[in-house]
Amino acid sequence: MTALDTPPSTNVGVTKLRKEDAHLVTGRTTWTDNITLTGMLHVALVRSPMAHAKVTNVDVSAALEQPGVVAAFSGADLADNWAGGLPCAWPVTPDMKSPTHLPLATDEVRYVGDAVAVVVARTRYQAADATEHVVVDYEPLPAVVDMEAALADGSPLADTSLDSNKSFTWQKIDGEIDDAFDGAAHVTTRRFINQRLIPTAIEPRSVVCAPPRETRETTLWSATQVPHILRLMLALTCGVPEHELRVVAPDVGGGFGSKLNVYAEEAICLVLARKLGKPVKWTETRSEGYQATIHGRDQIQDVSLAFNEDHTIRGMKVELHADMGAYLQLVTPGVPILGAFMYNAIYKMDALSFTCHGVFTNKTPTDAYRGAGRPEATYAIERLIDEAANELGVEPFELREKNWIKHEEFPYMTVAGIEYDSGNYEAATAKAKEIFGYDELRAEQAQRRDSGDPVQLGIGISTFTEMCGLAPSRVLGSLSYGAGGWEHASVRMLPSGKVEVITGTSPHGQGHVTSWSQIAADALGVPYEDVEVRHGDTNVAHKGMDTYGSRSLVVGGYAVQVACDKVVAKAKKVAAHLLEAAEDDIEFSGGTFSVSGSPDANTSIQDISLAVFAAHDYPEDMEPSLDSDATVDPENFSYPHGTHLCATEVDTETGRVTIRSYVAVDDVGKVINPQIVEGQVHGGLAQGIAQALYEEAVYDAEGNLTTGSLLDYYVPSAADLPHFTTDRTETPATSNPLGVKGVGEAGTIASTPAVINAVVDALRHLGVNDMPMPASPRNVWEALQAASNGGAA
Amino acid sequence: MIPATFDYIRAGSVEEAVSALTEHGDEAKLLAGGHSLLPLMKLRLAAPEVLIDLGRVDALRGVCELDDGRLSIGAMTPHQDVIDNDLVAQHCGVLADVTRQVGDAQVRHRGTIGGALAHGDAASDLPAALLALDGTVVVQGPSGQREIGAADLFVDYLMTSINDDEVITEVRVPKLDGSWGWNYQKFGRVAQAWAIVGSLGLVKRSNGNVEEVRVGLTHMGTVPLRATAVEQALAGAAIDGIADAAEHAAEGTSAPTDLNATTEFREHLARVLTKRALTAAAG
Amino acid sequence: MTSVQMNVDGETHSDEVEPRLLLVHYLRDVLGKTGTNVGCDTSNCGACTVHLDGRSVKSCTVLAVQADGGDIDTIEGLAEFNSDDEEAGWHPLQRAFHTEHGLQCGYCTPGMIMAAKDLLNENPDPTEDEVRHGLEGNLCRCTGYVNIVKAVRTAAAEMRGDKVDAEVGA
Repeated sequence: MTALDTPPSTNVGVTKLRKEDAHLVTGRTTWTDNITLTGMLHVALVRSPMAHAKVTNVDVSAALEQPGVVAAFSGADLADNWAGGLPCAWPVTPDMKSPTHLPLATDEVRYVGDAVAVVVARTRYQAADATEHVVVDYEPLPAVVDMEAALADGSPLADTSLDSNKSFTWQKIDGEIDDAFDGAAHVTTRRFINQRLIPTAIEPRSVVCAPPRETRETTLWSATQVPHILRLMLALTCGVPEHELRVVAPDVGGGFGSKLNVYAEEAICLVLARKLGKPVKWTETRSEGYQATIHGRDQIQDVSLAFNEDHTIRGMKVELHADMGAYLQLVTPGVPILGAFMYNAIYKMDALSFTCHGVFTNKTPTDAYRGAGRPEATYAIERLIDEAANELGVEPFELREKNWIKHEEFPYMTVAGIEYDSGNYEAATAKAKEIFGYDELRAEQAQRRDSGDPVQLGIGISTFTEMCGLAPSRVLGSLSYGAGGWEHASVRMLPSGKVEVITGTSPHGQGHVTSWSQIAADALGVPYEDVEVRHGDTNVAHKGMDTYGSRSLVVGGYAVQVACDKVVAKAKKVAAHLLEAAEDDIEFSGGTFSVSGSPDANTSIQDISLAVFAAHDYPEDMEPSLDSDATVDPENFSYPHGTHLCATEVDTETGRVTIRSYVAVDDVGKVINPQIVEGQVHGGLAQGIAQALYEEAVYDAEGNLTTGSLLDYYVPSAADLPHFTTDRTETPATSNPLGVKGVGEAGTIASTPAVINAVVDALRHLGVNDMPMPASPRNVWEALQAASNGGAA
Repeated sequence: MIPATFDYIRAGSVEEAVSALTEHGDEAKLLAGGHSLLPLMKLRLAAPEVLIDLGRVDALRGVCELDDGRLSIGAMTPHQDVIDNDLVAQHCGVLADVTRQVGDAQVRHRGTIGGALAHGDAASDLPAALLALDGTVVVQGPSGQREIGAADLFVDYLMTSINDDEVITEVRVPKLDGSWGWNYQKFGRVAQAWAIVGSLGLVKRSNGNVEEVRVGLTHMGTVPLRATAVEQALAGAAIDGIADAAEHAAEGTSAPTDLNATTEFREHLARVLTKRALTAAAG
Repeated sequence: MTSVQMNVDGETHSDEVEPRLLLVHYLRDVLGKTGTNVGCDTSNCGACTVHLDGRSVKSCTVLAVQADGGDIDTIEGLAEFNSDDEEAGWHPLQRAFHTEHGLQCGYCTPGMIMAAKDLLNENPDPTEDEVRHGLEGNLCRCTGYVNIVKAVRTAAAEMRGDKVDAEVGA
């Protein structure tokens, strides 16, 4: 597929400094919490301190007496305001269980942080004070914390309205899995724990809602990644007609999946604003968010690889236990099952069996966190390949090369039934090894082992791929997802020749305004500065599927390109009319339409825009408008890949892991803005490394989050992370005209196994074959202790 | 995120602060830099009814030399001023080096030496340093001043021997001559985190031997501790005895277990870090 | 209520405030200076960093009454206003964060820049390691810090009058 009359690239592929930055570096921002409306009231929530309890009584009367308090409601008070519970849009199996999830709990609380009452006061401080005067009586119930225990006979229930703690079992078997394992020469089996993480976007969530004034429209501002999805879902949850609800995502300070949801507080603010007739604001505190905003990961992964005598892979078995938490949020159950297409990764095999059990516990719900299902799958396969290489006595790269899809084999239909359209694992690997100094580091490693250096060196490999560009709508349909994966763009040619691009994506740090300007400027042949990109307001961008899953460029950028192509096609008709030439004789380049063979007969796209605005003289068979819309539905996912190499120094005396060097060679296809792409890789690496070394959400046996703030949940600072060396190879995607694959999650997906493989590699000769995440000093030291006590760790 | 309400008293002098403390008793808390107290108040883990702000008591800031040869550091001296002070650099550089590892830059600009010591957190860096230095604090109460040695200051978890009606006015530390070396090994999960374990080694060298040694341990019990067994094992010994002596570092400690470390791991870290601190201090 | 008076970004403000009012809420909710952000409640993230009497502080951990009589500088006062060419009025740090892509979502940026400004006041020519440790009190979740470090060193070079390649790392 190629773009219509593609003009020369002058903006695409080169770094343009971001248009977004000026207001961000000067503090002229519009974060949701910055919005103040006349008469605005402040909302604070009363949350359960117990992981599981019956709520026997909620008394808000004392709170109502507090200074500045305007209203206070229990869950029962508001129960009639909900047209439905908070939505889960991904019923992965027909028999999936999903507890009713009211924005305010009524008779049972199911995790610490579950909201039970709300107070509304004139100031933030008064609202916070008043929450302490709401009296809630709880009758404690046993807390379900451990996933496997939750599935055992006789386990207490995380939700007393259900008959078991299992939400679903989802299975997909490709190929003859029993044959693959029965005839295997070697099988490597491991259990990995992909620990629970807290996304921690630096901007806390915040909601402002203004009730109708001069029209029937209610406006809700939210720190969200998904204004369009939110509009529809809130309309359904709160019984507000969709056309009377406007949702705005103003400046949004990071998301990483945590703002890809429909949250209780959004529904509560919407209902309260309409009920009280006053604007309301709620902003979470960080500690509150750690309870009330979704968590990520939290899977037990039992995985096996079956090999032939020649070390080629026969098949893979995957059995997952995925912690849903207490409720199913927007896409909670779908996150782990994305792994069904990813465990085979870049490797050829004949059979893949994937089983996932979704389990309820009395913990904060999990949902999409940067990578969503793919980091977990990539971690397991890339760790398992290393373990298999060790068991088979071969170099980890050798085993990978033997099994990966060769570049000449693309397009390649994988065992999981999706077609990888392009890739070149050899090229990325060769480049990464060279930059990394692989052979030299192996030599130093040997030397340190020989000398018994207390600081050992390890080398970790991750040759990853992922599926991006969510998503072909028919595929989503086949997976029972509740919506499509298309994206929309509009291009408006203004009379002065300036351009407005309206996108259905909703950026929160990714630089869409800049990149979309580059695409439109080249496609239309207008100056980059003449393009403005509008987004994130359902009154402006009326249609969209928003931003997550590394989809925005692949699908949203594609829509911008197609909409621009339609503008050019219309303008070409007008040009032919005005230049009195046949349309087939009109050439378009750099914003100029000229008659083939008569270059002096030409006109610019800006002049045509003005002419169409005046509408005095235009072709009879068209409307006087160049404006165009495009809704594109990708025919395939895109498959970024790359080779990441990590060198760690592990202090065997203290257990401290230090990353000495990190090389990431990514193939994300064609690149629109190299600087933005590099920045996305950097940020992804930081989060993936953070999972490997620092972060873990821990619950105690009673279901209390013991890592309840940034004091105990260790988000790394600049001082805790290394410099990253990044480079690229470029194998264009074939499923979109831009040739792009997506880059938002690549670094996160690739880096976690690279780091842990490096830690294990450093300690392998000491008997360490496993390393729980995070590889904290305690976990490293305990693994070393276990190994030296004779048992394999 | 939002502290509960309180009455605010801005003390103009130590005397005013003492009289306010006397009047309000245990309902009152002193506010120094606020970097221990305000976070607790924001999470509503502390909710004093009266807050007495020492921020305007200028007499509590600065460093001077005492007639007895020690340094006196005003209790309200911010960490950064301790780090930057010439007298501290000249006579007690170890205090500057430990203080440099407290919190992060912004915390060091607001947090004060007196506030950190009065909070008495065994996981923070300065209590163990004061202990290893055999420093003292001077407190002023209704009945006048008294000086409390570090060994008597830290009583239990977040508890000091400073009475409710007393204010720390000074921190006193000895001057160390050029034969002293020191090193602080702070071991945490991330750069800005509290120490899982910290070990401060101070070594006075004499002709290739260790004449005197002091070891202060952070987060090895409910109070900061001295590794007395190490000190005894090493006093007068050869420098190459450090590794063996450091094996005693966990003796007499009562290290807690938490997410970052078991008691056993903390004891191990105390030995390793003490060996490293003393080796660096003696080098 | 307690009276406070302070100079914020060159303007004097006098208000009656609750003693418990945090400086960051005074700036944001009373003065409407929303350029300074709140990212946590435990003094960890540094998003709220401003200068108080010339030194970087976390304004979520300072009471407004403690800042009484002080000089406050926030991100909003950092640039010189230039109606013809906005960027010409930017502080070198603002310019360098832009050119080096030292921000993505931008939420940590005001605090990061104010922390970096203090760092450069103390150390006009920091190494990569010194920048990393100097900014340990500020969390960014988007950039992985590589380009922040680059930006701070680029700005430092400009402020020193050097034209130094601030390329860092391996």
